[in-house]
Amino acid sequence: MSTAGIRFISKPHPVTGVTNSKLGIWCFLASEVMLFGGLFSAYIMLRTGTADWPRGSSLLNVPLATLNTLVLITSSVTMVMSWASLAMKDLKKYRMYMAFTILLGLAFLVIKGFEYAHKFENHHFPSTSTFYAIYFTLTGLHGLHVLGGIIVNLYFLGPGSALWKTNPDQLTGRVECAGLYWHFVDLVWIFLFPVLYLL
Amino acid sequence: MSDKHDSHELPFWRKYIFSQDHKVIGIQYAVTGLLFLLFGFSLMMVMRWQLAYPGQPLPWIGKFFPETMMIGGIMLPEFYNQLGAMHGTIMVFLGVVPLAVGGFGNFVLPLQIGAPDMAFPKLNMMSYWLYFIGGVIMITSFFVPGGAAQSGWTSYPPLSVIAPTGQTLWLIGMAFLINSSLLGSINFIVTTVQLRADGMSFFRLPFFVWAQFVTSFLLLLAFPPLMAAAVLQLMDRLAGSSFFMPSGLVVSGAVSHASGGGNPLLWQHLFWFLAHPEVYVLVLPAMGIVGEIIACNSRKPLYGYKALVYSVIFVGFLSFIVWAHHMFLTGMGTKMAAFFQITTMIISIPSVVILTTLILSLWGGSIRFSVPMMFALAFLPMFGIGGLTGLPLGLAAADIYLHDTYYVIAHFHYVVAPGTIFALFAGVYHWFPKATGRKMSETLGKIHFWFSLIFINGVFMPMFIMGLAGVSRRLYDPIQYAHAQPTQPLNVFISMSAWLLGLAQIPFILNFFGSLFFGKKVNENPWGATTLEWTAPSPPPHGNFSTPPHVYRGPYEYSVPGQKNDFLPQSLPAGQAGAPEGR
Repeated sequence: MSTAGIRFISKPHPVTGVTNSKLGIWCFLASEVMLFGGLFSAYIMLRTGTADWPRGSSLLNVPLATLNTLVLITSSVTMVMSWASLAMKDLKKYRMYMAFTILLGLAFLVIKGFEYAHKFENHHFPSTSTFYAIYFTLTGLHGLHVLGGIIVNLYFLGPGSALWKTNPDQLTGRVECAGLYWHFVDLVWIFLFPVLYLL
Repeated sequence: MSDKHDSHELPFWRKYIFSQDHKVIGIQYAVTGLLFLLFGFSLMMVMRWQLAYPGQPLPWIGKFFPETMMIGGIMLPEFYNQLGAMHGTIMVFLGVVPLAVGGFGNFVLPLQIGAPDMAFPKLNMMSYWLYFIGGVIMITSFFVPGGAAQSGWTSYPPLSVIAPTGQTLWLIGMAFLINSSLLGSINFIVTTVQLRADGMSFFRLPFFVWAQFVTSFLLLLAFPPLMAAAVLQLMDRLAGSSFFMPSGLVVSGAVSHASGGGNPLLWQHLFWFLAHPEVYVLVLPAMGIVGEIIACNSRKPLYGYKALVYSVIFVGFLSFIVWAHHMFLTGMGTKMAAFFQITTMIISIPSVVILTTLILSLWGGSIRFSVPMMFALAFLPMFGIGGLTGLPLGLAAADIYLHDTYYVIAHFHYVVAPGTIFALFAGVYHWFPKATGRKMSETLGKIHFWFSLIFINGVFMPMFIMGLAGVSRRLYDPIQYAHAQPTQPLNVFISMSAWLLGLAQIPFILNFFGSLFFGKKVNENPWGATTLEWTAPSPPPHGNFSTPPHVYRGPYEYSVPGQKNDFLPQSLPAGQAGAPEGR
């Protein structure tokens, strides 16, 4: 390919100690922090600017969200397991844990879908109130991030894992980056859950 | 490796259109950026007719505009607003930034650090095409019902939320541009950190690389809040939410249907959190270009290289905490105003340090008045005027009078137009031989320079006077108010200067395309420069360097005593050709 002798693709830089993609994914996550940071700031400004902000627990389904939190945390664990299996050269276990991660991610989206459907049935839309507006925007954007992570993980479960034969180090590095992203998405939910549902 | 072999086998569309080579992408960015600059400037030249001769039909070209834009050649107020909003958007997001960062950054940065390419060539290609799609969406928005965005380049709600469809396209276009610059900035940061040649320590980096490096962090961290704001405004427009719509808003005499409870100021905070660092995204690469050209054409090292580097980093940090000086009139309270006033005064210190060191670099040099050097020299006083006239705007008391007048327009245009764009022209003339192997014409370049310098001052200098007279910006009819009528002759003068400035760009266009074929052929280092890009062939092949370069010294070893040549390339080994020990 046209990589033209670019260094540190699969081996880390001796000084910085990271590969190009790992530094890249950290930069990307920094920018994601700013994106969600901007939205959380918007939430704070909207909430402090009004006298009658509703309590999330009175409008949203806390048990379902708690279940979803557990699902997502578990998926983070299986994601680490899949990367660790790859680092220990066990492709079979890697595939198994990766498949678990994807299924848990899908389970999260299905549960979220039920929550949304219930809201729509009761005619609660972003146009209903600013609380619902920020709820749908934040959870929707987070849901899109989960979906993106699932697509990336599907790629590494399927066609992406062919790299194992030619450059196992690079594949391990790529899965680690996908994992960093997945943990970030998990972390965003850890903030979203109390902010929207409990406070 | 067989890469060189592979690159010859690539079909045309992979080599020149969907290319992953940083040099091709850089040139794509630069040419697209230049075309958008011309387009954005043309919008303004049309607008200037209405300002000079309000209510009179536009001669010659007026009849080609459809009824939704002009009736009988007379511009409609809605179209005037579209021109204004899109002029700002196109110049900033589609012209200057893509040319400065996407163009020069992509082409020059990997060469200057001795890298074979950017760290992520595929992302680099995607970055360009996202930018391209964003640009197409922006232009398309002129042709949808209701026309393009017309709420100013700042898109302040509630006006922007109730505006026609063009605003939705503006937001979607911005989303593409934001993601494009996200991919670009990640690429620049990783390339600079990971792919420097052996021996290229951080304090041996050319100043241009430092400027691009800091700019990339601004792009990486300041753009996402605008993305957040764009998502919220899209929700307001498409899903009927009320993030920016206050309760009880009256639109055209009727109470708005929006659920209310939103806050229009929220948009301003999120927008300016991006848009103030964005100012430095526009300016820092320009300073980097000027630094390179001044060192090379005064044949002596940059004065205070480390002071320059630390100042650039300091500017980068501070640019994140000055944004609310755009909002002194929003009733934020004196305590908040005092905070942002102080940070704004502090940020002027490193900017002055940068400008001063660049001027002091000229001291005692043997200055070569080549075309790039003339543009770079003109940058210094022009940016100086822009910077100094910004101080009254940074003080809340003075800003209350000057806010939203032509004074503000004059101020930021001095920073960006005769400032940054002059530096970008300097860069085009300077690196054109590297990209093509041919030099641009000096004569046409000098004609371009002198006429541009005269007319651009003719455009912006009178605006200070108009602003001090209290004339507001964004006025469709400039003689609507009595206090604006005495300055109307200035409007005619400005418009004449603007159209002449347009004519003054013709030598540049001829020069740019003509020199591709008829320019004087030059060797790989026509300027006698020291940085690494001048040791690669012109134009550099795929992979840039035949052998990975090794760096032995700092970037600006000009006129070292006791040397045969007055420049020591960074990659010339110590001891060879009588070179002294590297630092």
